[in-house]
Amino acid sequence: MSDLASPRGPAGPRSVPPGGEAIDFVQLLTPDGARKRPAEYPLDVDADTLRGFYRDLVLLRRFDTEATALQRHGELGLWAPLLGQEAAQIGAGRALAPQDFAFPTFREHGLTWCRGVDPAQVLALFRGASLGGWDPAVHNLHLYSIVIGTQVLHAAGYAMGIQRDGHVGTGDPARDTAVLACFGDGATSQGDVNEAFVFASVFNLPVVFFCQNNQFAISEPNQRQSRIPLYRRASGFGFPGVRVDGNDVLAVYAVTRDALDRARRGEGPTFIEAYTYRMGAHTTSDDPSRYRPTGELEHWQQLDPIDRLVEYLLLTQTGDERYFAEIAAEADALGVRVREACRSIPNPLPESMFDHVHVEPHAQVDADRAWFRAYQSSFETAGGAA
Amino acid sequence: MLKEFRLPDAGEGLTEADIVSWRVRPGDTVAVNDVIVDIETAKSVVELPSPYAGVVVELLVAEGQTVPVGTPMIRIQTEAAVGADPDGGGRGNGSLPSGSGEPADSEGERTPMLVGYGPRVGAVSRRRRVEASAPAASAGEVSPQEVVAGLFRPMAKPPVRKLARDLGVDLNTVPPTGRGGVVTRQDVEAAAERAAAATVTADERVALRRETRVPVKGVRKLTAQAMVASAFSAPHVTEWVQVDVTRTVKLLHRLRRSPDFAGVRLTPLVMVARALLVAVRRHPQVNASWDEQAQEIVTKHYVNLGIAAATPRGLLVPVIPDADSLGLRELAQAISVLAKTARDGRTQPSEMSGGTITITNVGVFGVDGGTPILPPGQSAILAVGQVAERPWVHKGRVRPRQVTTLSLSFDHRIVDGELGSRVLADAAAILNDPGTALV
Repeated sequence: MSDLASPRGPAGPRSVPPGGEAIDFVQLLTPDGARKRPAEYPLDVDADTLRGFYRDLVLLRRFDTEATALQRHGELGLWAPLLGQEAAQIGAGRALAPQDFAFPTFREHGLTWCRGVDPAQVLALFRGASLGGWDPAVHNLHLYSIVIGTQVLHAAGYAMGIQRDGHVGTGDPARDTAVLACFGDGATSQGDVNEAFVFASVFNLPVVFFCQNNQFAISEPNQRQSRIPLYRRASGFGFPGVRVDGNDVLAVYAVTRDALDRARRGEGPTFIEAYTYRMGAHTTSDDPSRYRPTGELEHWQQLDPIDRLVEYLLLTQTGDERYFAEIAAEADALGVRVREACRSIPNPLPESMFDHVHVEPHAQVDADRAWFRAYQSSFETAGGAA
Repeated sequence: MLKEFRLPDAGEGLTEADIVSWRVRPGDTVAVNDVIVDIETAKSVVELPSPYAGVVVELLVAEGQTVPVGTPMIRIQTEAAVGADPDGGGRGNGSLPSGSGEPADSEGERTPMLVGYGPRVGAVSRRRRVEASAPAASAGEVSPQEVVAGLFRPMAKPPVRKLARDLGVDLNTVPPTGRGGVVTRQDVEAAAERAAAATVTADERVALRRETRVPVKGVRKLTAQAMVASAFSAPHVTEWVQVDVTRTVKLLHRLRRSPDFAGVRLTPLVMVARALLVAVRRHPQVNASWDEQAQEIVTKHYVNLGIAAATPRGLLVPVIPDADSLGLRELAQAISVLAKTARDGRTQPSEMSGGTITITNVGVFGVDGGTPILPPGQSAILAVGQVAERPWVHKGRVRPRQVTTLSLSFDHRIVDGELGSRVLADAAAILNDPGTALV
């Protein structure tokens, strides 16, 4: 079937399940829970940090599955599940320094988790009760971007600001700041994203491009979007690219930490391709069984990000069944709390839509708000009995 | 307390869904997020988890029913008082965004659940809780039932409404014929007459139980439309021939052992397809369609080969595009992929369009032949019977030989008896002696 590999035809249909071929990436923890120590990414983590990663992964997964269920309960308009991508997001999120600023997609629930955003604030957006959910300046986390790839340009712009404020390369660990730009494999085909690469490269910006390759741009497999592994595109723009096992929380943490350090030192951008898999639907409106090759999900379930950490914790005697049960109980409690919090999210007043148009008071907006308020109250006096 | 779970919008902006199957029955105990029902929306089949823990009291909608978003589906008796979640754990801590400055109405009754982005006709909601003196219980919220009722409230003039009430006719069930979808007096009277006629006696009811009535929809409906369209527009002729295919069967055995065909599923159907493709190459006019509008016969210089398949969804005819350009190995692969996709119920509509000639393999059901009906727009369809050992005169003696029956239906507007016979005889000759395909 050499015609599939023809250099002139369109990128061929996928023949092998991803991961079925030998993928070359940075890995610190194999799917069996064996520890690898690549020289470029030294990582020593203590038992508490390890357990912290486990707790993050389990609670995040619970939050995510609970939110998916809440959509099916009719409590959310939509949800974008992250099932399978927990390690990629927790690894990257935990690598951030407090002063760093991150730009998420709408699936980065692991990032909101790491940045201290309350799960209910995340749900408010998907319930249609909020236009954003949290104050980006409080959490150093931009709002979820719905349009694919826009946030990557924003991140490059923010990094330019940091650079011009002189918060790069001073050697002061509390001052030097980096930007984390999150996006997916599909976004790498967007013009905006490539523009961001150009600017980041030319201005040597303190930004880390963190691409979660979850294998599908909604239904379009990654093999049909790129002829070369995504991380290799970075070299064409003039900065390093690295591929990491996205289901290995230790590897993602080590690689992202390294890239953020580099950015803070003023050595410029890095492209990270976290090679992972979206085990759930694109969103609750999607039916992945229509495009997912048979056997692929089962293959990736063998590579589950949580399972391998359980193995490692057991092997190193940093976690035992009692500890796992504790975390499971905490996850159950989180599930209940998320459910109740979701159901009690208040419906916003219609006029609250004027609240965030401008930071400063604005005469035109005030006039609009006053008119709208009068309009609303006109109904009450006129139509109470209708 | 008794809780109702209403059909949510499982996609964005869906208005209805089919109830596919219930996973629970009245009396069953369910926990939060246990899957209780499968629904099928315009987008996909979706499992719905229970929002409540408790005992199922009643299923309010039946399997097979299509119901609007917001319809109560199930009643669940929860064990505990309001708010106390039976599966234990912490409280909501209420650290919520306070964007609106409005207090959460957490007083006992929670706000009605969302019912999706679907159209909210009669959106007369006045959410003026600010002015409401007491902590008003869901003041002015439009309940999902009201939304649904608002969506479907039939239009009729007051005297007609009264007439319907007097005659015991439910206006929701009356097809309107008036301008703009208004139910007229005549509509109501006709409905009352139909209702009277439909009143069945006890005897008839007993008889009714001896039959099952299933609404015609989905694949069945499409199949029926296609069959009627074809059977009553194209004059069908069917011819058949019995053929000794022992040599083809032997060839199949040989090929299966050949390393070139390792991992390929070689079946008699593949050989029949190949034989038909050769016959079509010799007689291209059979691979044609009738253009009624243009009053033209369109001969195709490509063969998109349809393979009829019995699937869980019903009869489907997925198509192998440009089958005439495929080698035997590729053809075999294409057939096996297509069959598997069809069996898995994953055949896409685009994979079923554009067929130019079709094979139906009735032999798998252990029968010999039939008079297949043409897929609309095609001029020939070949039915393959079972391949079975039969007494057959071979080289002057009666021998057990592998014999099958081929039945070819064709559109007599396009294909004359002569052409049809040649195509059938050629295909049969190739199967009888595969070597003749080389000629």
